[in-house]
Amino acid sequence: MKKLALLAVAAFISLTAFADAGYKVGDNATDFSLKNINGKMVSLADYKDAKGFIVIFTCNHCPFSVKYQERIVELAKWSAKKGYPVVAINPNDTVAYPDDSYANMQKRAKEQKFNFPYLVDGTQQIAKTYGATKTPHVYVLQKGAAANLVVSYIGAIDDNADDAKAVKVKYVEQAVNELLSGKPVSVNTTKAVGCGIKWKK
Amino acid sequence: MTKAIIITTVFVALLAYAFAYKPVQKPEVITLEQLQKKVLQKNDSTLYVVNFWATWCQPCIVELPYFEAAGKKFAGKKVKVLLVSLDFMSEKERVIKFADVKKLESTVYHLNAGNPNSWIDKVDNSWSGAIPATAMYKNGEKIFFREGDFTQQELDSLIQTKIN
Repeated sequence: MKKLALLAVAAFISLTAFADAGYKVGDNATDFSLKNINGKMVSLADYKDAKGFIVIFTCNHCPFSVKYQERIVELAKWSAKKGYPVVAINPNDTVAYPDDSYANMQKRAKEQKFNFPYLVDGTQQIAKTYGATKTPHVYVLQKGAAANLVVSYIGAIDDNADDAKAVKVKYVEQAVNELLSGKPVSVNTTKAVGCGIKWKK
Repeated sequence: MTKAIIITTVFVALLAYAFAYKPVQKPEVITLEQLQKKVLQKNDSTLYVVNFWATWCQPCIVELPYFEAAGKKFAGKKVKVLLVSLDFMSEKERVIKFADVKKLESTVYHLNAGNPNSWIDKVDNSWSGAIPATAMYKNGEKIFFREGDFTQQELDSLIQTKIN
């Protein structure tokens, strides 16, 4: 009996540890309802015709996000035509980073002509569920047969944050292209340096 | 006479400056292989505390003084603190200036490792690439890794357990 209890505890611990780690490629991603910079709520289910999504956890203050903001606009222009709209989510604690406030998100989106929704993850629950740790942190989701969202790529936008001109591999575009042609994603996970997401205390 | 006084004054001032002057360190650009060679030496019982940071990383800047203080506190105990900047290679001057302005006394390196996807795992498999992150090495082995920040107390007591 004691052994059984121990086993249950161990199972519980490993389960919670697993939940903490966030999504891995192949997992089903959750939809969400988060507030956009225009005040409206956005869910992935709103996009009836989408074949999938490029969900990007990003923010205002992080130099990596800034380095990528123009590239994300370009990516969104390209991917919308492919049926993979970009949805950006800012998960940061705005007390720690006032730069990432709602008003500043609106300002940045206007200045940079964001052509994608820029949502607030106020409770940080979506970032935690997905397992985002930094900005930018990208999840490519493919709509499955049962309208489920299969995590198909996790990681960086491309292989050179510093210099857009020196990029050799555009990981996200490559993943979307492979998904569209029915191939498995050849590079489905990448790691990149980024600004750690500031969690609320 | 006045001339002699002026010369003496200037000489004394220069002498005082020479003694008080601590050469400003210019952070050296280093590859991951070079860094690992330094910290992963068999039979080297020095504890290497390697903190990955960047000038743009706010929580990193907050904890840098803790690493500086720990470096001083454990100076006589075979502990060496290395501050490894992950700033963009296009911002070398920024790192040099930062180390100068903040008068960093620990050894500062500027990592030139190329595509992060090819080297982050070589530091630690569990690392997502977010900073701050800290690794510790001793006797040719990695004995600790953490993605996330420290308090002074946490850092000091961790170092204490690793040198015992």
